[in-house]
Amino acid sequence: MTPPPSATRPGAAALGLAGLLGLLLTVEVLPRSGVVSADYLPPTSRIVRALAVELNDRAFWRALGDTLTGWALGLAIAVVAGVVAGVLIGSVPFLRAATASTIEFLRPIPSVALIPLAVLLFGTGLGSTLLLVVYAAFWQVLVQVLYGIQDVDPVTRDTARSYNLGTWARVRHVLWPTALPYVMTGVRLAASVALILAITAELVIGSPGLGSRIAVAQTSQAVPEMYALIMIAGLLGLLINLAARTVERRALFWHQSVRGEAVL
Amino acid sequence: MLDVRGLRKIYGGHGREVEALRDLTFTLDPGELVCLVGPSGCGKTTLLKCVAGLLAPTSGEVLLDGSPVTGPRPGMAVVFQEYSRSLFPWMRVRDNVELPLRQKKSLGRQRRHALVEDALEAVGLTASAGAYPWQLSGGMQQRVAIARALAYEPEVLLMDEPFAAVDAQTRAGLEDLVRKLWQERGMTILFVTHDIDEAVYLGQRVLTLSASPTVVQDELKITLPHERDQLESRADARFAELRTHVYAQIRAAGTRPAPTA
Ligand SMILES: Nc1ncnc2c1ncn2[C@@H]1O[C@H](COP(=O)(O)OP(=O)(O)O)[C@@H](O)[C@H]1O
Ligand SMILES: [Mg+2]
Repeated sequence: MTPPPSATRPGAAALGLAGLLGLLLTVEVLPRSGVVSADYLPPTSRIVRALAVELNDRAFWRALGDTLTGWALGLAIAVVAGVVAGVLIGSVPFLRAATASTIEFLRPIPSVALIPLAVLLFGTGLGSTLLLVVYAAFWQVLVQVLYGIQDVDPVTRDTARSYNLGTWARVRHVLWPTALPYVMTGVRLAASVALILAITAELVIGSPGLGSRIAVAQTSQAVPEMYALIMIAGLLGLLINLAARTVERRALFWHQSVRGEAVL
Repeated sequence: MLDVRGLRKIYGGHGREVEALRDLTFTLDPGELVCLVGPSGCGKTTLLKCVAGLLAPTSGEVLLDGSPVTGPRPGMAVVFQEYSRSLFPWMRVRDNVELPLRQKKSLGRQRRHALVEDALEAVGLTASAGAYPWQLSGGMQQRVAIARALAYEPEVLLMDEPFAAVDAQTRAGLEDLVRKLWQERGMTILFVTHDIDEAVYLGQRVLTLSASPTVVQDELKITLPHERDQLESRADARFAELRTHVYAQIRAAGTRPAPTA
């Protein structure tokens, strides 16, 4: 189930940092020594300079804002829809049986296969990005919620029944907290997938954002800028994951996967 | 008060039928503390669930104050053996105790809070009201579960091997707590256990169940003095007699020729 958020020990952190420095150093050395052409892989120092230029460019910040808007909006829609649909389907056996095969059919469709449809419906606007992001993220949440709803402990259920808890009280105080660890996992996965799809949509369709900026850098031969933007995208993914894990840990302080650890 | 008549439960499904209870009939008078003792797997939990209205019997019936129990009733509360799964880890002790009361719409806020405080005080956990259940020891957690049942103000309290998972010392304390609460509040208690000594020490009456397929093997009035004490009562010669009697009954039930199922 929810893996315990790993507590990074100082030693492990130092080792991770050393690995990262090693990578940056390699990227610096490879093009300089001529092993790889600097046309394809500029040295780290050059990428960092391009990065600095980007950070001073208002157009970059607008692109970042666009990407984050598509990501956040799409994620929010997917989470709300996934949770509502999941609780509904999961707690009504008839709906569950009726939708099971449909879900299994729709879920594996890769979101990128919907790009032509998105363009048809929304052109190159935010709508296209949203469609792809929502589609990809929705299933992550839905499937986890469905698992979570199934996980109510029999003793907990008997307790709720024996005390005559009403439908709302059972959803609010039993079903929801039981499903929450799964929901959190779903949201964390959805957040990562949403970012990937947001940038993919921008890259392929050309809707405004970091992705289209990467595409522009590529077509205009601005290779260091392209790498700088890719780095930003990676960093963004890292931050999103970190934030999701923090939220998860806070929300699940009572859960056995979290409560054994040192309180933050 | 509580009538169990001809209760039979057969679990079905998955191509296998298990006759957990064959034919149980007994009665609890108002304010009585009755212990039900039987070996593991003889159907004690099944019986308690049927009585609580959590499980439909295959045949027979349970009557509370003369009316058949077909589902959970506000007049009954259950204390389960698995306290850590019965308490909600996402709620503080106080909220765990209060939650069932919020379902009783007739209770005002103040009355509700008074009931919660009162129940926590009765089990000696006033100081832990703000803790989460998993921050407490096993014995304390089971006291929270008992407080939750008390606050619910049931006429009948059903307890399913509530102390099977706590250590002997804690257990003795909890047994005395049950006796004390019973005397103070005058509820009817059906206390299920596999421990013969516990049954004899606690009960006014002990019902002995046979091994599966289960029937009531024996019924014994406990003639110990009303005021019980862990050391004195257990050292009493009558205590030894009574427990020997129950033990013999359980053994006799075990050697009964198994009916062809
Ligand atoms: N849900 C169930 N489905 C099928 N068999 C069950 C179920 N619950 C209990 N049993 C069986 O019924 C018998 C009595 O179980 P139980 O009431 O838990 O006994 P006890 O509480 O006395 O240990 C056992 O043989 C057990 O395997
Ligand atoms: Mg049992």
